[in-house]
Amino acid sequence: MAQTEVKTLAITGNGAVSLAMKQVDPDVVAAYPITPQTDVVQNFSQYVANGDVKAEFVTVESEHSAMSACIGSAGAGARTMTATSSAGYALMVEVCFVAASMRLPIIMTTVNRALSGPINIHCDHSDSMLGRDSGWLQIYNEDGQEAYDATVMSFPIAEHKDVRLPLMNMYDGFIISGAIGPLKPLSAEQVQQFIGQAPDYPKLLDAKNPVTMGPFDGLHGWYFEQKIAQNIAMENALDVIQDTYDRFYELTGRRYEHLMKYRMDDAEIVVVVANSAAGTARAVVDKLRNEGIKAGLIKLRTFRPFPVKLYAEALADVKVVGVMDRADSFGAPGGPLYMEVLTSLYQEGQCAKAVNFIYGLGGRDVFPQNIEDVYRRLDAIAKGEDAPRERIYVNAKGM
Amino acid sequence: MTSQLTEVRWHARGGQGAVTAAKMVAELAVGRGKHFQAFPEYGPERSGAPIVAFTRISDEPIQTYSPIESPNVILVLDPTLIASIDVVEGASEQAVVIINTEQTPEEIKKDHDFGNVRLMTVAASKIANETIGRNLPNTPMVGAVAKATGLFGLEEVQDHMRQSFSKKFSEKVVNGNLEAVRRAFEEVKE
Repeated sequence: MAQTEVKTLAITGNGAVSLAMKQVDPDVVAAYPITPQTDVVQNFSQYVANGDVKAEFVTVESEHSAMSACIGSAGAGARTMTATSSAGYALMVEVCFVAASMRLPIIMTTVNRALSGPINIHCDHSDSMLGRDSGWLQIYNEDGQEAYDATVMSFPIAEHKDVRLPLMNMYDGFIISGAIGPLKPLSAEQVQQFIGQAPDYPKLLDAKNPVTMGPFDGLHGWYFEQKIAQNIAMENALDVIQDTYDRFYELTGRRYEHLMKYRMDDAEIVVVVANSAAGTARAVVDKLRNEGIKAGLIKLRTFRPFPVKLYAEALADVKVVGVMDRADSFGAPGGPLYMEVLTSLYQEGQCAKAVNFIYGLGGRDVFPQNIEDVYRRLDAIAKGEDAPRERIYVNAKGM
Repeated sequence: MTSQLTEVRWHARGGQGAVTAAKMVAELAVGRGKHFQAFPEYGPERSGAPIVAFTRISDEPIQTYSPIESPNVILVLDPTLIASIDVVEGASEQAVVIINTEQTPEEIKKDHDFGNVRLMTVAASKIANETIGRNLPNTPMVGAVAKATGLFGLEEVQDHMRQSFSKKFSEKVVNGNLEAVRRAFEEVKE
């Protein structure tokens, strides 16, 4: 099952994703080459220059154009990838809706970084959360290995006939993107075998089977029904994603699930968190468990589609859940992840107390002590302290 | 070093190669079958501006992604930094501090109170100038780290450097770096 000894590379998160792109060698990569773009694209351009890949590499004048070029490319049936980050993604979002509604399985890396202002280039999840309603599948990754694996796994998911949606993979800007960590890569042959040939779906420029994509729909057209179809595809994706994870496990021995549970058996207080902070939280859980505190952790991977039932199941016997958001939704009841978790509990008729913690905005550090404080608060609530409805800000100045 | 977790903080100026050296130490850890993490303190990078980078090395998988608060190894690639930056901030008890300077630890201690740390010095810039022909203190610093911490042997560092440098640099440059590492390994003073 697990592959024979693979040499561990010391490589940045961005380097890991570029390597996966090289091994995938898509037909087209269209990307904006200037900041806030990351070196995912810079590395890939070197592969192009060195002749390591056959991909058509298109550099464009904005992220808006990058996604537009991706739509044209994927619409023509080409396997298409891009990457973005921060404000670049924000500029892209208008066209991201178009990509999803045209059901184009474009694969994009979005390195999670803040949106201005004040001007800030550091890690938080404001960028990808901005596009959470754009109709893209969204997968969040803890480290470079996960981001690499997710990039490879993206194709069978997005291109599946029951899904056919664009997919974006996230990981934390700088904390993971710029940090050198271990990577056990697959061989290029293994990657090619895993992703297989892109399926032959209806495409533009096929004169024998002409189709129209993204036309003017008018007031009496099928816009509404198209949106319903997108939601059905999202629902279908839940099984397709897990099946792909399972197949990847057979190949690599690395296990992935929509939500990754850590020490959840008998857990009474639980944190839900995405990306790199989950790693820091695991160490905190171990410490608290040694003290006899029944702490557990859920690491979010799949955000779109949101696996409502799985959250309800995982939290069924939990007393208090703390949901940690690295993005806020101003004026909303809480951060984006908090609202999803709360809704999941409500839809399944469960009443665990849920508290929202906002952390790490604009790259504010999150130390083990900060996460320990979150658990201590949950513990106090489990023992009878009132659960606040307001957000609790973690490691904010003056709080 | 007997502890399982080694946390290294690098103080340097942009352009001195601290991030490259942090990566080299991470790759050496791979060779030992150890777990590692190396990351710069993030921000706009400008040549000459003070920068900080971190390396974690552990026998166990590393899952903490926060900056290092209590380093047990502190490396200062530019001695002028100690005048403006508290390089021993948060240093753990008996942390090893290695400064790139031609001065001895005693001479440094006359002007700076570093508290309860093991202060060492190595003339990494001088060694680099004499061996590589340029003021690139990062590779000799790796030699000094190997000696001071016992994490890696001299030949281990040289073998790794030979392998990774041979692809990019001329034999002269490679040999200069190997010599720089050897000298720093042998000349680090406590």
